[in-house]
Amino acid sequence: MALIAVVVTPLVAAFLCWLPPIRKIAWHVTVFLSCVEFALAVVVSAGVIARGSVIGVSGWFEADGLAALVILIVSFVCALAAVFSGGYMSQQKGHEDRLWWFYSMYNLLVFALVVVPALAEPNLVWVGVELVTLFSVLLVSYENTVGALEAAWKFSVLTIMGAPIALLGFLVLFWAYRTGVGHHPETWEALRASASSMSPALLKLSFLLVFVGFGAKTGFAPMHTWLPDAHSQAPTPICAVLSGVKTTVPLYVILRFLGILLGRPEVHIGGFMIVMGLISVGIAAFLLLQVRDYKRMFAYSTVEHMGIILTAAGLATRASDFGSVSQMLNHSITKSLCFYVAGAILMTLETREIKSIRGLLRISPFEGAALLFCSLAIAGAPPFPIFLSEFSILGSGVQAGHPVVVTILATLIVIAFVGLMMQVNRMVFGKPIGPPRRVEIPRTCRVAIVMAAIPVAVLGVYIPAPLYHLLNLAAQQLGGR
Amino acid sequence: MPVGESLNTLSAGLILICSFAMVGTRQVQGVLRFFIVQSLLLAASSFLLGFDEHSIHLWALGIITIVAKVIVIPWILKRTLARELYVRREIEQTVNIPASLLLSLLLAVGAELLVGPLSSAMGNLVVQVNLPIGLACVLIGAYSLAARREAVPQLIGILAMENGAFLAGIAIAAELPLIAELAVAIDVVLIVVIVGLLTRDIKRTIGTTEAAGLSELKEEPESWR
Repeated sequence: MALIAVVVTPLVAAFLCWLPPIRKIAWHVTVFLSCVEFALAVVVSAGVIARGSVIGVSGWFEADGLAALVILIVSFVCALAAVFSGGYMSQQKGHEDRLWWFYSMYNLLVFALVVVPALAEPNLVWVGVELVTLFSVLLVSYENTVGALEAAWKFSVLTIMGAPIALLGFLVLFWAYRTGVGHHPETWEALRASASSMSPALLKLSFLLVFVGFGAKTGFAPMHTWLPDAHSQAPTPICAVLSGVKTTVPLYVILRFLGILLGRPEVHIGGFMIVMGLISVGIAAFLLLQVRDYKRMFAYSTVEHMGIILTAAGLATRASDFGSVSQMLNHSITKSLCFYVAGAILMTLETREIKSIRGLLRISPFEGAALLFCSLAIAGAPPFPIFLSEFSILGSGVQAGHPVVVTILATLIVIAFVGLMMQVNRMVFGKPIGPPRRVEIPRTCRVAIVMAAIPVAVLGVYIPAPLYHLLNLAAQQLGGR
Repeated sequence: MPVGESLNTLSAGLILICSFAMVGTRQVQGVLRFFIVQSLLLAASSFLLGFDEHSIHLWALGIITIVAKVIVIPWILKRTLARELYVRREIEQTVNIPASLLLSLLLAVGAELLVGPLSSAMGNLVVQVNLPIGLACVLIGAYSLAARREAVPQLIGILAMENGAFLAGIAIAAELPLIAELAVAIDVVLIVVIVGLLTRDIKRTIGTTEAAGLSELKEEPESWR
C-alpha cells in the first residue's frame, strides 16, 4: 500500500497546486506533501529491509532494495528542494502569478522521478523516464530568459534524442525475453531470473542501445554538454533536483540492465563500462580546472560522479557494487546541498561568475562556511561520505585486480578535487571586491541548507544499520560477485 | 514469399528512402511531408503484420501512428509554427547535402552490418528486414539532428527516429502490451507541445529558431584570469 501511496502523493500535490482556490498556498501544500512523501518512502524502505521486497500491484509496482534506495534518495532531495524553493522563488521578481504553475510542474516531476524506480515493468519504465525529461525541460525554461531557453533547447534535443534509441533497446530486450522463456509478465525480477535463457547477443545489443539513449540523460561524456547549461540556468531548487536525482534515475535503469546482463557471464560488458566511466570522470576533471561559473562547476562535478558510479558498477564485484550504490546515495545528498548553497550565494551576490566573488567568508560567514563545507564534501575530502564510498570503490578495484583502472581513477579524482577546491578557495577566502552588500537570505533557504547538511555530516562517520542493510540489498541487485 | 511479408518489405524499403529524403530535403515543409509519408508507411506495415499475426496490438499501433503522427503532430506544427514553415525556405546545415546523403548511406550499411547477422540467426524474414532498417532510420535521424541547426527539422528528426524504433518494434515485439503503445502516443504529443512551446518562446526572445544562434553558454578558457 505504501508503494502506491508514494506514487500517488505527488500527483495529488500537483492537482492541488493547480486548483484555483489553493494556488495561493501552493508552496505550503507542496512542502507538506513532500514531507509525507519522504515518510512514505521510509516506510517502503523499512518494508524492503524487513521482507526483501514491497509489492504494490504485483507485476506492475514492486520495489526491491535498489528501487527502495532510489525512492528514498528522490523523496529526500525533493522534500528539501521544496522547502528551499519557498524562499528562493519568492525572491524571483516578475513570476509571482506563475508560481502555482511552477509548483504544479515540480510535483509532476517528483511523480515521474519516483514512478521510475517504483515500476517493475520495463516498458513503462521507459515512459517514466520520458516523463522525467519532459517535466524537467519545462522547469528549466521556467525563467524565460535567453539563457534559460537556450539551455532548455539544448537539454531537450540531446535528451529526447536518447528516447528512441533507448526505446529500441527496450524492444530488443522484450524480444530476447519472449524468445527465451515464453509468456510470464515481463518484470525486472523475471528478467534477472531468466537471464541465462536469453540470447547473449540480443542482451548486449539492448544494453548498448539503452546505454546510449539513457546515458545522454544521465550526462555521460561525450553526451554531457546539456548538463552544465541546464544546471546553470534552471531555478536553483530545480538544479538541485536535476543534478542530485534526475541524473540518478536513468542511471538506475542502466544499472538494472547491468544486473540482468551479469546473469550471462560470457557477455563482457564491464570493460566497456569502466572505459566510458573513466572518460566521463576525465573530461569532467579537466573542465573543472577551467570553469568560470560556480553552478556549472557543480554540474561538471555531477558528470564526474556519474562516471565514478559507472566505473564502480563496471568492476562488478560485490564490494564495488556496494561502493557504487553508496556513491549514488552520497552524491545525491551532497550535490543537492551544493546547489542550495550556490542558490543562496546567487541570491546574495547576484552573479554566477567565480572571478567576481572574493572573500565570501567575510561577506556572509554562513554562506562562506557552507560553501567550504559542501565543496569539501563533494570533492571527496575525509571525513565526508563521498570520501568513504570513493575509497571503498578504489579498494574494491585493487581487490578485483584492476590496478591500472584504480590508478587512473584515483588520479582523475585528485585532479577534480584540486580543480574544485582551487575555484572554491578563490571564492571563500581573500578580500571582498565591490561595495559591501547585506542581503539576508530567506529563512526557509537557511533551514534547507542546514537540514541537507545533517546527513552529509553524519553519514561520513556513522551509517545507521538499516541504511547499511538497504545499501547491501541494493548492491545485490547489481549482480556483481 | 507470402504477400503480407513482401508488402512489408516494400514498405520498409520506402521508409528507409523517406529517411534519406528527409536528410536530402532543404525545405522545412518538404521534410514534414516526407515525415508524414514515412509515418503512413509505418502504419501500413503494422496493419500488414497485424493482419498476418492476428495481433490486435499492431492494429492499435497503426491507428495510433496515423492519429498522432499523420494528423495531430503536423497540425500542431503548422498551427504553432506557420510562419516558420512557409516563409523560411532553406534549412541551414553544417554538412552539405551530398555529403550528408553519403554519410546516411554509410550509417545504413553500418546498421545492416551490426544487426544483420544477429537478425538472420534469430528471426524470420520480417525481422531480417525491419530490424536493420529500423536501426538505420534511428541512426540517420540522430545524424540529421546533429547536422541540422534549426528547431523544427530537429524535432521532426526525433520523431523520425521514433518511427525507426517502431518499425523494428513491430517485427520483434508484436505482442507488446497496449499500454506501452498508448503511453508512447501520449508521449509523442507531449513532446510536440513542449518543443512547439519552446521554439515559439525562443523565437519571441531571440528572433529566430536557428539553434546555431544559441551559443551564449560555453566555456572559454582564455577569458579566465
